[in-house]
Amino acid sequence: MNGRAILAIYKFEMARTLRTIWQSIVSPVISTSLYFVVFGAAIGSRITEIEGIPYGAFIVPGLIMLTLLTQSTMNASFGIYFPRFTGTIYEILSAPVSAFEIACGYVGAAATKSVILGLVILATSWLFVPIQILHPFWMIGFLILTAVTFSLFGFIIGIWADGFEQLQIIPLLIITPLTFLGGTFYSTHVLPPLWQKIALFNPVVYLISGFRWSFFEVADVTPAISLGMTLVFLLVCLAVVWWIFRTGYRLKK
Amino acid sequence: MPSIISIQNLSKTYASGFTALKTINLDIERGEIFALLGPNGAGKTTLIGIICGILNASTGSVTVGGHDIGRDFRAARSMIGLVPQELTTDAFESVWDTVSFSRGLFGKPKNPAHIEKVLKDLSLWDKKDNKIRTLSGGMKRRVLIAKALSHEPKVLFLDEPTAGVDVELRKDMWQVVRDLRASGVTIILTTHYIEEAEDMADRIGVISKGEIILVEQKAELMRKLGKKQLVLHLQQPLVEIPPDIFGRANLTLGDGGKELTFTYDTQGERTGVTRLLTDLNRLDIRLRDLETKQSSLEEIFIGLVSDNERAAAGAQS
Repeated sequence: MNGRAILAIYKFEMARTLRTIWQSIVSPVISTSLYFVVFGAAIGSRITEIEGIPYGAFIVPGLIMLTLLTQSTMNASFGIYFPRFTGTIYEILSAPVSAFEIACGYVGAAATKSVILGLVILATSWLFVPIQILHPFWMIGFLILTAVTFSLFGFIIGIWADGFEQLQIIPLLIITPLTFLGGTFYSTHVLPPLWQKIALFNPVVYLISGFRWSFFEVADVTPAISLGMTLVFLLVCLAVVWWIFRTGYRLKK
Repeated sequence: MPSIISIQNLSKTYASGFTALKTINLDIERGEIFALLGPNGAGKTTLIGIICGILNASTGSVTVGGHDIGRDFRAARSMIGLVPQELTTDAFESVWDTVSFSRGLFGKPKNPAHIEKVLKDLSLWDKKDNKIRTLSGGMKRRVLIAKALSHEPKVLFLDEPTAGVDVELRKDMWQVVRDLRASGVTIILTTHYIEEAEDMADRIGVISKGEIILVEQKAELMRKLGKKQLVLHLQQPLVEIPPDIFGRANLTLGDGGKELTFTYDTQGERTGVTRLLTDLNRLDIRLRDLETKQSSLEEIFIGLVSDNERAAAGAQS
């Protein structure tokens, strides 16, 4: 195991975050605060509570998840795409580093950034609404697991993408809509029966549901299923990353 | 001398069907400077890319220090430093950070003293805190060399290291290369400046159309394929070459009959120069001046590549 290489990539990526702190940390926090103002204060004043939880507090796990999914994906995809774009990937490919170690460095850094961001948003939301976390261990567990899974997913997109447009397409056109439709601002129980069934095909429903359960013990699906679905997605991403490095897909000619 | 890199039956065909390398067999000796020469598209960068792990080979095997580049990639790659042809750098990093990053990537513990030495040797020390994007092209090239040397490699690949570098910087770079060789580092370089290869290399390999067409000690290559010419500047112009002069077939007349050029084989025990001069004296042909010329590596290289291309064209027709 080349631990120093993992650390080198990790530190390199974290340094990039510090260089772009407005884009990486401040911008998502401002966006989330705006969501609180619009949905929590403006609309939330007309919806008092959902499933016994004040609406302002109810949307907090969904908002954290919204940021976590998009930022994990974007951070990791950009992290690996940029060396491909500039050509500096030659150094990673010619170093005595395994695929696992490369992924650890990039995904670890992207996931760390996302977890920090999630916690910052959680702290920000405390300024707007009182929040209870009934299962802090599970809350942190879901947070880390989701950040790692979607950072892996972003890593795959970063290798697949052939341009900056493709890099943006998946987060903007797939992840963000799925998150909005996955119960960020509502419980799927409030949907008509047919849409409730359709919503179950949205993987983000399971992530938000499990995460929300860790806060309030309120869930659209049972937490075990949420955890299972997240793990399945994690394993799928791991298998794809393993295949990419074994075949050199988009990395080696 | 034992080989440090051994390439056996290596070939590379891209997905497009283009064959960049055809059955390459090559041994690089430990501690030598090996110059790989070839025209654009000959396969030099592909060959280096495969050895360094950037490209996958289609067939064949490569060992570096006895370690297979596939099965034992960690040990093999740890020995290699690569300076790529393209100026690919992290624009927003500082020189110090990017060189330190390279050392970490190769699994080496921090060693600020070594990084300092490398930067000083490459005249980059006063730029260590500069962002790479603020550096000139030549300086960026030095940063790439510093990155490649950061982990103390045993084998250094220099793919066109002096492209776009001014004369002064080039001299410094070659001094660094000489020092590295003196410390036991094996160096494989490609360059378009053939006079640099002539000046630096111990052995020359010529690659053309994906095939190694020649590998030879530089001195031997120059001796075998180099022609020597004796140019005689005459006092009175000749209308034609005298029919009874020695070596008539190897003589040419130029400069309006005032320049007689004799081409001879440097390998031969008797070059014929004495007999020619004796005949000139006998025929009362007087000289104003004389000089000798030896063909450069560039002329040899161009001759080899053109011969190979003619042979390939002949085989196709």
